[in-house]
Amino acid sequence: MKRLFPLFAILTAALLSFALYESLIVAPVDQLQGNVYRILYYHASSAWTAFILFGINFVASVVYLVRRNEKADVLAFVTAEVGVVFCTVVLVTGPLWARPVWGIWWTWDWRLTSTFVLWLIYVSYLLLRRFSSSGQTPVLAAALAVFGALDIPLVYFSIWFFRTQHPQPVIGDGGYMDPGMLHVLLLNWLAFSCLAFMVCWSRYNLEVLKRELEEAQALESLLETGGAR
Amino acid sequence: MTLTAHTSDVSASQNMAAPNQGTGNNFKSNRPLPPISGFRTTVASLVKDIRLEWRSKDAINSMLFFSLLVVVVFSFSFDPTAQESRRIAGGLIWVAFLFAAIVALNQTWAREMRNQVLDAYRVSPAPANSLFLSKAIGNFLFVLLLEAVMTPLFIMFYQLRALGPAWQLVPIAVLGTWAIVINGTFFASISLRTRSREIMLPLLLFPISIPALLAMVEGTTSILSGELTARFWIALLLAYDVVFTMASLLLFETVLHAE
Repeated sequence: MKRLFPLFAILTAALLSFALYESLIVAPVDQLQGNVYRILYYHASSAWTAFILFGINFVASVVYLVRRNEKADVLAFVTAEVGVVFCTVVLVTGPLWARPVWGIWWTWDWRLTSTFVLWLIYVSYLLLRRFSSSGQTPVLAAALAVFGALDIPLVYFSIWFFRTQHPQPVIGDGGYMDPGMLHVLLLNWLAFSCLAFMVCWSRYNLEVLKRELEEAQALESLLETGGAR
Repeated sequence: MTLTAHTSDVSASQNMAAPNQGTGNNFKSNRPLPPISGFRTTVASLVKDIRLEWRSKDAINSMLFFSLLVVVVFSFSFDPTAQESRRIAGGLIWVAFLFAAIVALNQTWAREMRNQVLDAYRVSPAPANSLFLSKAIGNFLFVLLLEAVMTPLFIMFYQLRALGPAWQLVPIAVLGTWAIVINGTFFASISLRTRSREIMLPLLLFPISIPALLAMVEGTTSILSGELTARFWIALLLAYDVVFTMASLLLFETVLHAE
């Protein structure tokens, strides 16, 4: 596994560079928006990646609640953390695009609002992990993750009831997108998913090491106090 | 008290078992204790909470005063004419009640920390969910009482008059209060195990409550202004209540016993 990581990192870097080249140079210019639209390649790919990570977080939390497997807990923690980072990218690139195209930085439209609420839910999850006292954290965090995941459909459904200003989805729902643009978007998504996977991988190893270290330190101090007696 | 009865044999036999036994010193007998009824545990714990609140009136007084302060402070931020109030009152009322409810929710479990009562609950064979339900129902009653007292004041101060069907405010209030309280009671049991627990509860509760809060605010506003129907929001609140009541009941035991 350790040898695989650098290889995968190089692959991801190459893929990201190629995707950047494709999205800035190869992809055609948008008829209405000009070059501004190119931020979509980062915006949408980050959004999909974040959703996948939050999905993994939910599954890992349920697995932890059922099996009490510590690996599942580490995975849930790591995916939530990286997911929040990608969700932040979505929330930052959105206004950057909206300012020239819509003329406003932000509007309380349903997609923007619900993505923002999604971000809030997972930030509160990370806060809980940070503030809770050691031993019980995994169970409490897993319970909160389940609540958060149950909440997401309700959030989307309730906020959807407001009128929307966001451009309609370009994949699925009958929207039209130039095939040249679509393949660049999918390529970017692949590159971003690889990046997310790589970050999660190294973060996972770091977290495991951190826990092992904490355990060893606790054991050592226990032995020391025992020896002093 | 029924709950502690099974954990300490002596008090159990002295307080409650004696009348049926006839002998008067049944703690020597080897008969197994009857299984603990969830319903009786819920009622016993609920009665205890209500009695405690009745004697101290801590939660209800601070909630009332807090929402009164909100009424006054918000009156400075906009001109409380009848038309303006109608647009804003929905949000104002529910935000006031939500913040006030935090006061009651925060002390739900904090009260049980003194003298290790919560640890006693953990080792007792009483079902965890009855304990949770009694806490949730207790908070529900306290917040409903708060709303019953404060709503006339809101109506008076902000000259509110519903242009839509006013009776629909009742299901919104009942379902909305349950939505806040069921999640609040659950998250209070989580935030209890964290550092700075009083700050943690709103941080966990507010993001998850956004759909419910939105439904309460929008439902109330549409009834007050009479322009739209509130049916969708009532249905949404009902769905929210069902989903999170089930989730809380499924997960509470795990959270209570988390060590």
